[in-house]
Amino acid sequence: MHLHTLWFIVLAILWVGFFVLEGFDFGVGVLHTVVGKTDTERRVAINTVGPWWDGNEVWLIVAGAGTFAAFPGWYATMFSALYLALLLVLAALMARGVAFEFTRKSEDRRWQGTWTWCMTLGSLLIPLLIGVGLGDLLNGLPINSSHDFTGNFFDLLTPYGLWTGLTFLGLCLLHGATFLALRTTDPVRERARALARPLGWAAIALVVGFVIWTISIAGGTDVPDPVQILAVLAVIFAARLAATDSDGWAFISSAVAIAATVGSLFIKLYPNVMISSTNAAYSLTVSNAASGGYALKVMTIVTVILFPVVLAYQGWSFYVFRARVTAPPGQPASSPPAAAPAAPAAPATPRA
Amino acid sequence: MTNDLARWQFATTSIYHFLFVPVTIGLAFLVALLQTAWYRNEKPEYKRLTKFFGTLLLINVAVGVVTGLVQEFEFGMNWSAYSRFVGDVFGAPLAMEGLAAFFLESTFLGLWIFGWGRLPKAVHLACIWLVAVGTMLSAMFIMVANSWMQHPVGYVLNSHGQPELNNIGALFTNPTFLWGYVHVILAALITGSLIMLAVSAWQIQRHREVASFMHSATISVIVLLPAILVTMFVGSELGVVQTKYQPMKIAAAEAQWTTCQPCSFSLFQIGGGKNDQTPSQIIEVPHLLSLLATNSWNGKVVGLNELQKEYEAKYGPGNYVPDVFIQYWSMRIMAYLATLIMLFALWGGWLLHRGKLAESKWFLRLSIWAVVTPFLMNTAGWMLTENGRQPWIVQGLMKTINANSPSVTSTDIWISLIAFVLIYIALGAADVLLMTRYARKELGQDDEQAGESGTTPPSATPIPALTF
Repeated sequence: MHLHTLWFIVLAILWVGFFVLEGFDFGVGVLHTVVGKTDTERRVAINTVGPWWDGNEVWLIVAGAGTFAAFPGWYATMFSALYLALLLVLAALMARGVAFEFTRKSEDRRWQGTWTWCMTLGSLLIPLLIGVGLGDLLNGLPINSSHDFTGNFFDLLTPYGLWTGLTFLGLCLLHGATFLALRTTDPVRERARALARPLGWAAIALVVGFVIWTISIAGGTDVPDPVQILAVLAVIFAARLAATDSDGWAFISSAVAIAATVGSLFIKLYPNVMISSTNAAYSLTVSNAASGGYALKVMTIVTVILFPVVLAYQGWSFYVFRARVTAPPGQPASSPPAAAPAAPAAPATPRA
Repeated sequence: MTNDLARWQFATTSIYHFLFVPVTIGLAFLVALLQTAWYRNEKPEYKRLTKFFGTLLLINVAVGVVTGLVQEFEFGMNWSAYSRFVGDVFGAPLAMEGLAAFFLESTFLGLWIFGWGRLPKAVHLACIWLVAVGTMLSAMFIMVANSWMQHPVGYVLNSHGQPELNNIGALFTNPTFLWGYVHVILAALITGSLIMLAVSAWQIQRHREVASFMHSATISVIVLLPAILVTMFVGSELGVVQTKYQPMKIAAAEAQWTTCQPCSFSLFQIGGGKNDQTPSQIIEVPHLLSLLATNSWNGKVVGLNELQKEYEAKYGPGNYVPDVFIQYWSMRIMAYLATLIMLFALWGGWLLHRGKLAESKWFLRLSIWAVVTPFLMNTAGWMLTENGRQPWIVQGLMKTINANSPSVTSTDIWISLIAFVLIYIALGAADVLLMTRYARKELGQDDEQAGESGTTPPSATPIPALTF
């Protein structure tokens, strides 16, 4: 296998890993005000991803930086083409990332309300927009012979891209619900499970539509490939299991559904990395967008050494915080938040 | 126009990002030191100090991390021609940074925040050290990438005239990188220790937990003093390296239009720019420039006019002189502030030695205000480095004017520039608000969670997570 094919697979794995892991963070971010009626319950919901979300987000950064290193042409065309969409993604990533740390740092209601909105909206926008962007790779965008994008922002809003974005968002919401059911107790868990049912049905519709649409635009065969079939089966399982007591299996199913859906997109994309709707000859491919052999070899060695280590300690961190998160004992859900007292004002008369 | 806007945007976002980076690197190291002290001596005040400064670290990290995302995306968004041209070489250190540093930093930070009382003490201590190592590794890869733009090595030009990596080791032994990296890490330690010192001084001034905050003040001064002394030496060596590989940068920093030997250092001058090559009111120190730029008493520094002729002969017509005003003053702001910090650190070291730090009203007062100096110094240092590379984006290989994205219009960049500025103002305001608020809190008690209120998870019950 040529190294640029290997790197295409590595990047596909990084995108899949990103959506499987950060996918439930997004779901939790959107749903935390729905499953949590009180401040404490909302904190419980957010804390289910508290120790992990930042590490999960690194999968996205490494996917981006890995594209830069292995396929500079792809990175250059994709990031400049998706300019305004990525600006929105960045704004959402920033608002949401800071919200994790800032929301509870003040008792002010407006402060908390603002950051809560940042969390909800940010978590909603990111999978939607990234989905649109990834869908556009396969759908095709106006790209000229020097591999530069020639369209504008509205050319990015292709119907297939939008459907892909909605599919990814729907899957993240379902994934977040199954995750919350797995990671919480009592009313929060019950609400998450109740939500998983309608979210499951919506996700089934979205994934089935996505698979059909993908087959129709990607050309070739009229039958779904095994990964697409897996995606559909897994999302059906997830929706069905969410209604039962099998929290663990429901979560695994939604993880498989998200992995297979994202993976199937990359399978259809190969050997292209960005399709030109202007002229098929202008499409970026794994060979014409890749770095030289030496750079790919160096990156392969580094990845082979480091990636297992990363997986080991990230896995360990999941193991450490595997217990369900619940409200502190003696703190009924309706009581005021378990936060520290407001900051003591600076002494009026310094004794210095 | 588009190119200028893209430059404004990159300058704005990277200068802003680098306000937070050195704080993260410096404070992570110092918090790790505090926790190590607690681990060894088991005195509760060290644990309380760890949590207190840990909270400040976390507030800062939040903004540092998200503004770093912008940097990662910006190469492709605004500088696609650059990314396409140099990605073969430049992309590798960025990808390695993600794999080696970002995962480490973020995963172990999560473990550290939520691991209090849950992880064994030694393991929990290892977590904060891994965070500190992660921040320094991250800086290492970025400096490798940046140094390659200053002094490209380890590549060959392929048939399309593009640089292709052929020796990764050369990137990591690039002299510009080695000196530059140590310089950056030391600057980060200076920044972190000045922050910790300022907060400790503020608390000591108000007679709050003086004994405890004297511990953190002591650690700050102990880190600050060697860091500033060594960084001045390293900075001067970096200047020598740059005189060799980027003579324009140093000549412009000295507004040295004509070649000189020996060269005196201009302490202050008015004029000396492009259209006014003979400045007035110069205060000079003989031989000092020769010494700084070449390490020899009578060393020769080639002037800008001669370099310009050389470059035109080599690269064709064009202006190869960076903005002299920015170079001259950023060099001086950086060096003068470093000198002031050094004097201040020596004073602190002396007071510490005499056991009088807590009583020195003026030192405490000055400590609080000294907190602004590292930010100005760091920014000036980067202005010197990056402006001094112009007109090149990669020295000798690609000009900045050819590097921006052909498909991105100036309207696009206006929109994003305004959006970033607005977001950054909001983030900056929230950050400063929280930092000052939490820095002024009373030191939390050992058993309570005041220092960690925002991030302390509700207790987890031992219900197994996977219930099938």
